[in-house]
Amino acid sequence: MKLFILLVVVVGIVAIAQLARVYELTARLRKTKEEDISYADNRLNAKLWLLFMVLFYAGFIALIVKYGDYLPVSASAHGEGVDKLMDFNMYIIIAVFFVVNTLLFVFASKYYYRKDRKAKFFPHDNRLELFWTIVPSIVLAVIIIFGLRTWNEMTGEAAPDALRVEVYAKQFDWTVRYPGDNNEFGLANYNLISTTNPLGIVTKEGIVESLEAIETELATLKADVENERGVLLREKAEIEEELHPSHGHGDGHEMSAERKAHLEARLHEVESALNSGNTTVLSEEAYEAKKDKISRLERHIQRIMEIEDFSYESNLRAWEAGTDDRIVKGEFHLPVRKEVEFIFRSRDVIHSAYMPHFRAQMNCVPGVPTRFKMIPTITTDSMRLVMNNPEFDYILLCNKVCGAAHFNMAIKIVIDTPEQYEAWLKEQAEYVAKEETAPAVEPEAAESVEVVVADSQTAIVE
Amino acid sequence: MAGHNHHHEESFISKYVFSQDHKMISKQFLLTAIVMGVVAVMLSIFFRLQLGWPGESFSILETFLGKWAPDGVLDRNAYLALVTIHGTIMVFFVLTGGLSGTFSNLLIPLQIGARDMASGFLNMLSYWFFLVSSVIMIFSLFVEGGAASGGWTVYPPLSALPQAMPGSGTGMTLWLISMVLFVASSLLGGLNYIVTIINLRTKGMKMTRLPLTIWAFLVTAILGVLSFPVLVSAVVLLLMDRSMGTAFYLSDIHIGGEALDVTGGSPILYQHLFWFLGHPEVYIVLLPALGISSEIISTNSRKPIFGYRAMIGSILAIGFLSFIVWGHHMFVTGMNPFIGSVFVFTTLLIAIPSAVKAFNYITTLWKGNIKFTPAMLFSVGLVSTFVTGGLTGIILADSALDVNVHDTYFVVAHFHIVMGMSAIFGMLAGVYHWYPKMYGRLMSTKLGYAHFWITLVCGYGVFFPMHFVGLAGAPRRYYDYSSFEFLDFVADFNPIISVFAIVGGIGQLFFLFNFFYSIFRGQKSDANPWKSNTLEWTTPVERIHGNWPNELPVVHRWAYDYSNPAYDEDFVPQIVPLKAGEEEH
Repeated sequence: MKLFILLVVVVGIVAIAQLARVYELTARLRKTKEEDISYADNRLNAKLWLLFMVLFYAGFIALIVKYGDYLPVSASAHGEGVDKLMDFNMYIIIAVFFVVNTLLFVFASKYYYRKDRKAKFFPHDNRLELFWTIVPSIVLAVIIIFGLRTWNEMTGEAAPDALRVEVYAKQFDWTVRYPGDNNEFGLANYNLISTTNPLGIVTKEGIVESLEAIETELATLKADVENERGVLLREKAEIEEELHPSHGHGDGHEMSAERKAHLEARLHEVESALNSGNTTVLSEEAYEAKKDKISRLERHIQRIMEIEDFSYESNLRAWEAGTDDRIVKGEFHLPVRKEVEFIFRSRDVIHSAYMPHFRAQMNCVPGVPTRFKMIPTITTDSMRLVMNNPEFDYILLCNKVCGAAHFNMAIKIVIDTPEQYEAWLKEQAEYVAKEETAPAVEPEAAESVEVVVADSQTAIVE
Repeated sequence: MAGHNHHHEESFISKYVFSQDHKMISKQFLLTAIVMGVVAVMLSIFFRLQLGWPGESFSILETFLGKWAPDGVLDRNAYLALVTIHGTIMVFFVLTGGLSGTFSNLLIPLQIGARDMASGFLNMLSYWFFLVSSVIMIFSLFVEGGAASGGWTVYPPLSALPQAMPGSGTGMTLWLISMVLFVASSLLGGLNYIVTIINLRTKGMKMTRLPLTIWAFLVTAILGVLSFPVLVSAVVLLLMDRSMGTAFYLSDIHIGGEALDVTGGSPILYQHLFWFLGHPEVYIVLLPALGISSEIISTNSRKPIFGYRAMIGSILAIGFLSFIVWGHHMFVTGMNPFIGSVFVFTTLLIAIPSAVKAFNYITTLWKGNIKFTPAMLFSVGLVSTFVTGGLTGIILADSALDVNVHDTYFVVAHFHIVMGMSAIFGMLAGVYHWYPKMYGRLMSTKLGYAHFWITLVCGYGVFFPMHFVGLAGAPRRYYDYSSFEFLDFVADFNPIISVFAIVGGIGQLFFLFNFFYSIFRGQKSDANPWKSNTLEWTTPVERIHGNWPNELPVVHRWAYDYSNPAYDEDFVPQIVPLKAGEEEH
């Protein structure tokens, strides 16, 4: 295969070279020059412009016929306005496309060079230029006004009673959170993210758990670093050198008794560590990496300690609001004809939540929550009928390059009737902190917290 | 200056390598850009193979990419690296460095009547920065983890965190370093162009007599000098986030099982900085191509360019507006909707000067006497792609519509047609047209015809269908479109698009062969083969250092006196004095 390709390339180059030689020789015989374009050549290119135009337009029209209905009817309220605006703009630009390209190709074709003619000397015409400055300005003014009206409708404030849903992105999947019965999302903090707490929801138990996990890891790391054999041996040698200098009397200073006692105590520690049999042997890089990790974990603990307690309007304490949040993966449901306000967040890199059937899209930016509101208008079941496709599903897919599996990062959206939606929501487990520590919250807070013993933790386990 | 002759002997090194002659530097830029262009086209064919026939094995991929295409199937990370480096090379190295570097250098002194650039040394430095930056960019393809892979815009945090993807390791660092050097090259070049145009015009070359090429290069250089420094700051901040523990662009990140010690930064800040360059960049790429085509269309239509002053006005308007539209790249980043509205308004305004330009080109053709040189074909093709691609910009500029097509193939179609094809056509047109000024010979017309028609058909064949793919909701930068049922139709398009891409890529061999063959065996050129009015055609074919052997030419008229009824010939060079009683246009 490789040989074949190589052969084709070589033969191709040789063929072009030979053609060029032949052409060069015949040109020399006929005494024609490259810059003198012959009548035949000008006419040929003039004809080719027309041929190209016909083929180009035919291809375009074929594409419109076959793929013109690019997406099914919009499944959201604002999407209908978007589609109208799109159609309006499309009619204009397609019309302009045909008119302008036709003028270009036809003029190029019609006015090819003939020796006996002289071009029309026509350097400018103010009226003509004014005409094609003003006409596009008017058309664009209409486009701008129509466009901004649609834009304002879709970006206004969400209704106060809108359903709020958090869409949370990470490499390479989506997690969706519903605020639960208290209608408040629990405070989330990225420092608390763990396999059992994928969104980092703040609960007292979660904080304790995270701190414990970090402390455990820290203890192991510290033990590894403190018991590194090479380091201990070096320290031992240094202490011994200071206690019993090998060359002469040094600079004559007497060591203070305090200093001496300290050194001896430390020497003892080092020696017992060396003899304990728990010493580790680490390469220099591994040693440095561990030390680095220790300082990072210490900062992590510090950041967790800084998580502030603050209150929501409903006076729920921040780390109680999250206990009834519902967290789902794989698919999420929304009720039809109810306004939903999405809150988008990301854990790692920028993702983009793209819902083409709803004409909706918003980036998910780490550290900067974003919002988008919409009203779904067609249930999944109805859309399946419309599309005549019982397999059809709405989808939310990632539309900002985010890594290797970017092309696979999606979550199914199901639009339900209100009843179906309520039923589905009830089935979803509430997020609670670990069973055994849950009752340990402060007494006055415990009253207002609806503690639900999770029958299944699987919903939140990755 | 006048009568200043350069008789000193030059060594090979000072003539061909460390040359300070603008014509040689121009050729150095062009050759580097051709090499980079070949690389970028090859990269695009590699990823088009995967897109056209996902998961199929191609031995050619393994031959070229080795471990990035195990068993001939392109790796997912390598796919993203190819897409990223293809975009980077095309936008910056071919269409910015290559296009401006080649033609600003070649044409500014020749068309304004100067012996060389204001500073030959800075000019040489500009090329060497460009070359080093190109070499680093190519080298980054071979490092551990692969080249930068976050798309040519390299948005953080993806590009800031080596944990996020293999391409965000050493490859990304090299990308950033290469870009800093590239910007240095652009700034040195741009300052030189501006100073030269303002100060070194020959006697009689008023600003209102400048050819439109020079106007385009001038505005391009101003855009570059004002916007590239902002890119440097964006890049330097990103380098610091990557290696010095700062958090300009990072906040609240948990990745690789660890919460990072970063708070308070904003990834959106990078996008503002990037697109503050990035949008003017589109016009840095496009304006020189439009300037070149203005010149070629007028010359080969044997007609004055229609509305010379309106053309200058629209170049200036486009240049100015390009600085206040960057936000239209960020409608879905969560920006304040009111700010979005402002950007919608300013962006759509650009359509007005663009429309004026398009209509003026077409009126120039009207009742012309058109000679179809290859350069002319490419210039007419440019007008078509400029119109076709520009129109879809109206959809993308409309924020309400952009929401649903943002980052889809519709965008890919739009910018490849309006910026990619137009600018490449302008560049190729320029090469065919000014080849005699570079090498003293002409390229083969017949091979040029074959090259043009293959390129036009394949270019539209690749990018035009992508509008439909995008409108149906297919995101860009996907490795494979078979994961979702509603995207199954993409499989109808992708093989055809890939065939067009491969044929179009192979079609460039006509150009490469023609270019290199003609250097040695092309027909020797006359002093003014296209019967053109501008000053470069009054220099000797031998291309001497200093451009004119004796006095500098004196300009008496504008550059577009073609088929002036007061004259028998259908062209009147700028050095011909006005007849008694003749009014200048």
